[in-house]
Amino acid sequence: MSATTLLAIVLILALAGYLWGRANAGAIKQTGKAMHSVPAYHGYFVALACGLPAFLLVLVWLAAQSTVIDAIIVADLPSYITDGVEASRMSLILSEIKSIAAGRIFGTPDQALLDAAERYSALQDIASLAMVVSTLAIAIAGMVYARSRLSLEFRARNRVDGILRWLLIVCSILAIMTTLGIILSLVIESFAFFSRVPVFDFLFGMTWSPQTPIRADQVAAAGAFGAVPVFWGTIFISAIAMFVALPTGLFSAIYLVEYSNKRIRSVVKPLLEILAGIPTIVYGFFAILTVAPFIREFGTSLGLDVASNSALAAGGVMGIMLIPFISSFADDAISAVPQSLRDGAYALGATRAETIRQVLLPAALPGIVGGVLLAVSRAIGETMIVVMAAGLTATLTANPLEGVTTVTVQIVTLLIGDTEFDSPKTLAAFGLGLVLFISTLALNIVALQVVKRYRERYE
Amino acid sequence: MNKTAEEAGTLAKAAASVQAGHESKIAATNVSVFYGEKQALFDVSIDIPARQVMAFIGPSGCGKSTFLRCINRMNDTIDICRVTGTIEIDGADIYDPKIDPVLLRARVGMVFQKPNPFPKSIYDNIAYGPRIHGVAKNGSAMDEIVETSLSRAGLWKEVKDRLNEPGTGLSGGQQQRLCIARAIAVNPDVILMDEPCSALDPIATAKVEELIDELRQHYTIVIVTHSMQQAARVSQKAAFFHLGNLIEVDETEKVFTNPTDKRTQDYITGRFG
Repeated sequence: MSATTLLAIVLILALAGYLWGRANAGAIKQTGKAMHSVPAYHGYFVALACGLPAFLLVLVWLAAQSTVIDAIIVADLPSYITDGVEASRMSLILSEIKSIAAGRIFGTPDQALLDAAERYSALQDIASLAMVVSTLAIAIAGMVYARSRLSLEFRARNRVDGILRWLLIVCSILAIMTTLGIILSLVIESFAFFSRVPVFDFLFGMTWSPQTPIRADQVAAAGAFGAVPVFWGTIFISAIAMFVALPTGLFSAIYLVEYSNKRIRSVVKPLLEILAGIPTIVYGFFAILTVAPFIREFGTSLGLDVASNSALAAGGVMGIMLIPFISSFADDAISAVPQSLRDGAYALGATRAETIRQVLLPAALPGIVGGVLLAVSRAIGETMIVVMAAGLTATLTANPLEGVTTVTVQIVTLLIGDTEFDSPKTLAAFGLGLVLFISTLALNIVALQVVKRYRERYE
Repeated sequence: MNKTAEEAGTLAKAAASVQAGHESKIAATNVSVFYGEKQALFDVSIDIPARQVMAFIGPSGCGKSTFLRCINRMNDTIDICRVTGTIEIDGADIYDPKIDPVLLRARVGMVFQKPNPFPKSIYDNIAYGPRIHGVAKNGSAMDEIVETSLSRAGLWKEVKDRLNEPGTGLSGGQQQRLCIARAIAVNPDVILMDEPCSALDPIATAKVEELIDELRQHYTIVIVTHSMQQAARVSQKAAFFHLGNLIEVDETEKVFTNPTDKRTQDYITGRFG
């Protein structure tokens, strides 16, 4: 029986438990005395007691099963196979055993391996049978136990509440643990990189040329891992993006909140939100097929020298992507300013523009700043547009018509293709990723703090 | 082009006509207000005398606040609102297309139900109006306006040592007096008050009422209130509104002791409302 079928059965059992508990509670109610909880809660309690432990057991079992079986198989292998074998070789042996067990036999395997494969199949069968039996046993035991607890005074509401609280706590812990796991893997790989390339050289070096020889006899540059030009590219393109997005987003928000009427707003706002729904790769097409050639031709007609992957094209299109982001944050912040402040300013004889500039914007500023910081952190982390539209060479330039590269572009190019995962070239991607992560995390924390403070002011 | 000059002319004429002996400051004729299709005010005609306190009373939704907001054209900020009839201040129609509502509101100040100081310093709250109207730049002239306005609002002694602290940090009653001072700072002729004490405790209310009584020397005051006692305490004239109609307007004492209309009597004696 597969795990899916088993889970379906557990679900059906839980449903049955719900009906059973509710029916029983209904019977108690017939006696005419006041119950502590309504019958549905009795049902929920039985259903949770039946389904939850069984469900958790299946999850844990599935997670542990293969590890346990692998350990048993390896322990039983004859010593002439296991002796002096390193971990990577051992995993190859294990996968050979598994493919034999699945009926895919290549060449003539060792008899010990054939035995192991047979044993593996047998263990698999035992394990799944054991899982089914124990899960159903737990489900039914839970149901019967819960049913026996039901009575007139039983506080089913409070119990269900308590169980739900634990469920919520577990879910949030899961999310946090995942984040920690990601950070940990990033940090470990980065350490491997920084043990090969000194941190100082990486953070302050001015040359970025991560080509290293793949084989010892290959002719290639020794590789330079000075990340300053790459970071500069990210900052530069983000700055261009904000230069486009900030005024456009902010002014459109002001127009929508303070000047437009309901009809215009109901048309313009969804249109702006469509911008937010466009996949970034489509923005990439737009940048490389439309904007970049246009800038190039326009620049050439002015007698300027424009790179085909100019920072202006990538940053400009990224800015367009960020417009709805900024405008919706600014929209919320300005709408949140109480009407009484507008009235106060108007009653003193302020014009609309004066009211916006001197009363609404200062009051909404924290919210707007928060939105802008979040937009900046998105610009820094944005990958697809720059992979398509920005250049690959790391140049330290302030000319928006030249091509620059960004951290995300470099990470992508470092990791694609046939590369070993322990050369400085690939590990450099993790170093870049770590710095990127730290900077966007810092920006997000600051932004959320700012937004929080502004919320406190009006609520 | 010469709008301001023309306006100044109209105002000067109007001022002259007041000196010539018009005792009424505001004269409304057949004012009706519509919110979309719904009519909120029906043919209200009223004379409001200069340098007195006029109280608008009546049950909720009777149109008294709506009419108050017509006097400084605050209803203009509501899209669906439409006003017909004429309202003259010093003999000049304020709904005349030549009149700029922005300049009108500098002459007709307003204090709201809930204190609404700007999230700026106490000083900047007062200086806001004079600054936008170019009355005074920063410096001693502005300092003087701030001090005079705060003194007139009876707040100077309480806040003179903390003018740079945010106005939102004051107590509710102080905030409301700050808002009154803010309105005074642009040197208006008329001050409209929309239930200015409904969010205040009795002690703060007493202070604001005292202040209203003093302000009567310099300004024409129109106050909307739900408190009959307050109307009796602060006003010289009272107008009773009911279901969008102006029912009765007379000396406050007469309205409260000997009303002509039965509805007024019922309201005052607490039979409805």
